[in-house]
Amino acid sequence: MRRHSPIKDHLSERRTFASRTLLAFAVVVLLMGALAARMVYLQVFEHDRYATISDRNRVQLEPIAPTRGLIYDRNGRLLADNRPTHNLSIVRERTDDIDATIAELAQLVPVTERDIAGFHKRLRERRRPYEPVVLRFRMSEAEIARVAVNFHRLPGVQIDADLTRYYPYASSLVHALGYVGRINERELERVDQQNYSATHHIGKLGVEKFYEDRLHGKVGLQKVETDARGQILRVLEREDPQPGQDIRLHLDIELQLAAEQALGEQRGAVVALDPRTGGILALVSHPGYDPNLFVTGISGRDYRALQQSEDLPLFNRAIRGRYPPASTIKMMVGLAAIDSGTVSPAYTISDPGWYQLTEGGRYYRDWKRWGHGKVNLKTAIAESCDTYFYDIGHRMGVDPMSDYLGRFGFGRVTSLDLPEANGAILPSKEWKRRVRGRPWYTGDSLNLSIGQGFMVATPLQLATATMVIANRGRWVNPRMLQRVIDEPEFELPVPERKQLADVQLKRDGYWDHIITAMEEVMHGEHGTARRSGQGADYRIAGKTGTAQVVGIKQDEEYDAEALAERLRDHGLFVGFAPSRDPQIVVAVVVENGGGGSSAAAPVARELFDFYMLRQKDVQLADQG
Amino acid sequence: MNYRDFQRTMPEAAVDLRRGRSLWSYTHLDFILLSLLLLLASYGIFVFYSASGQSVAAVERQLIRYGVAFVVMMLIACINPRHFRRAAPWLFVIGIGTLIAVLLVGVGAKGAQRWLQLPGLPRFQPSELMKLIVPMTLAWYFAEKPLPPSLRHVGVILVLMAMPVLLIAKQPDLGTSLLIASSGIFVILLSGILWRYVLAAAALAAASGPLLWMVMRDYQRQRVLTFLNPESDPLGAGWNIIQSKTAIGSGGIYGKGWLNGTQSQLDFLPESHTDFIIAVLAEELGLMGVLALLAIYLCIIARGLYIAANAQDTFGRLLAGSLSLTFFVYVFVNIGMVSGILPVVGVPLPLVSFGGTSIVTLLAGFGIIMSIHTHRTMVTR
Repeated sequence: MRRHSPIKDHLSERRTFASRTLLAFAVVVLLMGALAARMVYLQVFEHDRYATISDRNRVQLEPIAPTRGLIYDRNGRLLADNRPTHNLSIVRERTDDIDATIAELAQLVPVTERDIAGFHKRLRERRRPYEPVVLRFRMSEAEIARVAVNFHRLPGVQIDADLTRYYPYASSLVHALGYVGRINERELERVDQQNYSATHHIGKLGVEKFYEDRLHGKVGLQKVETDARGQILRVLEREDPQPGQDIRLHLDIELQLAAEQALGEQRGAVVALDPRTGGILALVSHPGYDPNLFVTGISGRDYRALQQSEDLPLFNRAIRGRYPPASTIKMMVGLAAIDSGTVSPAYTISDPGWYQLTEGGRYYRDWKRWGHGKVNLKTAIAESCDTYFYDIGHRMGVDPMSDYLGRFGFGRVTSLDLPEANGAILPSKEWKRRVRGRPWYTGDSLNLSIGQGFMVATPLQLATATMVIANRGRWVNPRMLQRVIDEPEFELPVPERKQLADVQLKRDGYWDHIITAMEEVMHGEHGTARRSGQGADYRIAGKTGTAQVVGIKQDEEYDAEALAERLRDHGLFVGFAPSRDPQIVVAVVVENGGGGSSAAAPVARELFDFYMLRQKDVQLADQG
Repeated sequence: MNYRDFQRTMPEAAVDLRRGRSLWSYTHLDFILLSLLLLLASYGIFVFYSASGQSVAAVERQLIRYGVAFVVMMLIACINPRHFRRAAPWLFVIGIGTLIAVLLVGVGAKGAQRWLQLPGLPRFQPSELMKLIVPMTLAWYFAEKPLPPSLRHVGVILVLMAMPVLLIAKQPDLGTSLLIASSGIFVILLSGILWRYVLAAAALAAASGPLLWMVMRDYQRQRVLTFLNPESDPLGAGWNIIQSKTAIGSGGIYGKGWLNGTQSQLDFLPESHTDFIIAVLAEELGLMGVLALLAIYLCIIARGLYIAANAQDTFGRLLAGSLSLTFFVYVFVNIGMVSGILPVVGVPLPLVSFGGTSIVTLLAGFGIIMSIHTHRTMVTR
């Protein structure tokens, strides 16, 4: 090996090396000192700050959803239940590729485009880190099993148990109860955010919406120690959620189902009230729809089908349907006439089958072409003589009519806990000027006197007004709630705008007069609903009505058969039983049913029978 | 030229001779260094048990690694440094060959190719071996040259050094290439290079900073940016640093107690048993635990430098000095990174972090240092 470093000075090299090594060691000590100083800075001076961060890191407040209160009918039958369901959820933070995971899941269980769209929507909404987001609701046992065996391939996928609202009576009750649905951004802004931090559903309609505050309950909180993946390791503190209050409604589910059955396939509405309390015993709007579809979110197709159906299943006819009340308001018009002193109760006219304001003027026709002959108030009600009411309507004018009808609750919402209830229209001079921009004509008064023309009312309003008659003027506001089960002292407050004074007549005998006339409708020889009153072993007071859907021109022959089914008259009926000790008030509207006596009265009779005979059974059972 | 011209006797050697050779001296181990390394390993295992989530299985695996590594160290300590010196250039050639092979047929994970799977051999990381081979080669080169080295020789050294550094940086493995580069630089500095060259190089390095930025990969730039402002991305890249600083800071002076660190036991701390293990120690054992660890490291480095200063030839001096100082770079870069004063570079905490190859390489390095110390002859050349 050739050496080419003859002048290598080992001693000086060694000395240089020693000095360099010493220098290096000094630098090492210096830098070690720097590290130590850094640690002192972090662990001594910044200790408090980092200790706080560390605690906040591991301790999280987790809300626990309260259980929603249950809804019972008056006999303790469960109307709205909470059922355990299993949802398929994904935790985004634990999933590498969300779309791939969804695609994999779609091979195992049906996942629709809508599920995916809903998932992404929920993903965008407010959420805590590591909070699972639901992809599919209501997994079946088989679906759960199929996903569960593949969990190892699907990080971040989990199946969560949840309590979901379930309506066992489905479409039969939807218009009475409303439903809950998934809470949306707008609703979230309205409610107490903290209280709803674990809640996924909120009352969207009806009773569920009105009693949301009571049914919801109070959120619970637990302080949990979590790891960095958000997994709960242990619970440090826990404040249990307060379950929502259970409520009991006046509703009688058996009566409700009987009413629905009595309506059959016909479109229409039935409202039954307990006149003593104003409690709503039945509230049917047919057809209905299955609210359970809405709880987890209805599909666009299903929703469009409901929305576009000609039968308007989404429409709550019982509280929002605006029908001409027709002859069902003749009692109130009659009362207005005698109580305002326009005519005496004995006032009698001779009916030729029509009424004319002036000689040679327009004919206001009676439903009976040849007329009723001599009629007084009682027979006019019993036979529903239009001419008589044209006459008294003409005599008293619009003001007393409108005033008295208003006292019976027309033209406004008087029900206490049906948030969607509609006030419909009670026309008056002032109303016509304001809304139509026209003065009130005498002809308008004639139309109003037989419940046609501008006036419209909901079935609930018809039942309510009839209830005031049954109660001889005593007012109670119709209501769904009977009581809050764990708070029996709770009384449903009546807001000022819904407080109506009892209807005071100059003579109490006028009530008898009218109720007797209504009994004649059911039991009299010429009563319009005599066929429906036949054979009842209790007395019924009632009134039929037939509302024109299309105006009938002068001298035009009216032929129900020739009219398309949708243009046929609506059949209406209001009544109560027993007439001298009213226990149930009923209003029935059968859309395009043809006539009140043929379409609506039989439905009401079935209800009366069902209710009265069952009461009797119960009484007999009690005695036995 | 004849060696005997420079022969002279060593008085201490005569004492040694009189005492006779003890059984211990046959092992060629340095007692002080070995004690310090065993102390560090025991301390490391203790922390590792907590950092691994109290996994006995992981501790067993780590213990096996220590065992293998200590055996390798003892075997290497027995080899006369002469042989290293002779083998250095050949090892260097083989090393460069395997590095090229890694780039061509290597296997790896997370976008980096670091491993070589040769038939009949266990999977290994050539870059780890280069941590020993590079200082060895450079020391070999300087051992023959008059020192302080001329610019030409430094130039050759830089070229030799650049080859493995660039090849490893290309894998990419910034941490290892940084360690290898620093081991080379230490050889040059210890060789007694004139300070004016050092200053000129420093100036050049400062100027080439922007250039370096341009050749860096996206994730490397991201690391630098994250280092400069970890709060900019608290859930992403900055997460590690924020969580490790939180772990360290929340530990306080005495710590939360062994196995009681919430940051580490609840998995907030990423990589808690590998690169970020010091945060576990700092959280659970507090400042006291950290200072104890730093003290052990400092003693090991001091002993390594002492051995280097007492080595009998230039090769031994440069090699032992470079290995000791590189060991310090490990410590400094790792703790600096975890405590947030340096950017995140994948450098383990030496002899504490989980990781088989690094433990074996490090202890092999100490084996070389011991060999340099225990193979001193009674005569100097």
